[in-house]
Amino acid sequence: MFEQISANKRRTWFLLVGFGALIAAVTAAVTFLFGLGTWGFAIAVVFAIATSWTSYWCSDRLALAAARARPADGPEFARYHNLVEGLCIAAGIPKPRLFVVDDDAPNAFATGRNPEHAAIAVTTGLLALLDRVELEAVLAHELAHVKNYDMLVGTIAVTAVGALALLSDIGLRVMLWGGDRDDDSSNNPLAGLIAVAAIVLIALAPLAARLMQFAMSRRREFLADASGVALTRYPPGLASALEKLRDNGTVVAAGSRAMAQLWIESPLDYPADQEGNRRSWLNRAFDTHPPIDERIEVLRAM
Amino acid sequence: MTVVLVVAVLVAILVIAVVATYNGLVRTRNRIDNAQAQIEVQLDRRHDLIPNLVETVKGYAAHERQTLEAVTAARAHAIDAASGSLADQAEAENVLSGALKSLFAVAEAYPDLKANANFLALQEELTSTEDRIAYARQFFNDAVLSYNTRIQSFPANLLARMFGFSAREYFDGDPGNDAPVDVRF
Repeated sequence: MFEQISANKRRTWFLLVGFGALIAAVTAAVTFLFGLGTWGFAIAVVFAIATSWTSYWCSDRLALAAARARPADGPEFARYHNLVEGLCIAAGIPKPRLFVVDDDAPNAFATGRNPEHAAIAVTTGLLALLDRVELEAVLAHELAHVKNYDMLVGTIAVTAVGALALLSDIGLRVMLWGGDRDDDSSNNPLAGLIAVAAIVLIALAPLAARLMQFAMSRRREFLADASGVALTRYPPGLASALEKLRDNGTVVAAGSRAMAQLWIESPLDYPADQEGNRRSWLNRAFDTHPPIDERIEVLRAM
Repeated sequence: MTVVLVVAVLVAILVIAVVATYNGLVRTRNRIDNAQAQIEVQLDRRHDLIPNLVETVKGYAAHERQTLEAVTAARAHAIDAASGSLADQAEAENVLSGALKSLFAVAEAYPDLKANANFLALQEELTSTEDRIAYARQFFNDAVLSYNTRIQSFPANLLARMFGFSAREYFDGDPGNDAPVDVRF
């Protein structure tokens, strides 16, 4: 379990370094081709930061409103509150605000920019379906997202994706208008090759960034599983909760693709799964969540 | 001139590193004290819940006097032990946990009691308080682990020795209960 936590953290760092390298490479490519890389980079980064960090700052309000969550007040939610309070003691973080979503599909998500502004929401279906131990495991998973600053990690990823998309867009537009070329590069045959490589890089960078963002999201799910278990010290609890979520076919009504990465189980329905086929590698590369069976397998092996 | 500047920068870096390390040690040590206080808060909470529980059970199962008295006595003993040593306190609390367990076992035989909303609420509160005590102890042990690791790792260990930061002990659940349970049928 502790090895899992550090392995997942290490892989997140690799991905962050990968983002940095990709941004650097694209900036270099734009600079090489048009000599305006630094400006393009500055514009792209400022734009990306402005858009994605505004939503980061308001993430809790946005996510809760989108999921139509209401505050979990009243005696029927005593167990929910008690379990979270206990887990917060174990995690050493303040108790987040608790919400419920009136939906029969069992699911849960955490949001908020830091542990002080965090909120957790569960569906009424989740409260009805899981027993005490399983519910505790799911809540521990959500608190792990809070404690691991997954909203921040996710926002960094989105910022990087946005910056790269803008940067390559600027690059491609300048190319269409026929921007000034460096004289040195057009005389040198090797430079022509590099220029082609740079164009390919600029064109493919946004896609690569997207794939890395999804890989990161999946990695953080595994991390939240492992660090949630570090709170409860009982892997079978989460494993059996995930089994129940897997076997329950209903899907959250208010779950859109934009919000998919928030939920504990992906709220998107995959037709291929119902036929029992393994979906292709390419398809899975765009998933926000690792396959639930793989998560259960990892937990059962802990 | 350059040499002086380089030395000055190096000294500044060293001072900052020492201050940061020292503050880190203080922070982790305080977290242990906070964790210990957290455990006591939860134990107090349990003591406060028990009179209510005993009253509720009495209304339905008055002739289970032995069990009820055992719980009341264990609670009184636990409150007395709270001011004593950590080991005594832990033992008294374990006796109380055992007494509560048998009370809930007895309650199983009374369907009216089990259906009582007040009893159900108290049972939920006590179960979650027990959880919280366990979690608070777990957090305490985690805090001790990170503090002990820190004061034993280089280079913080030099500073820890200089300022007298000493290793803390873990909380050992159920002292004297380590012997394997003897099961007979």
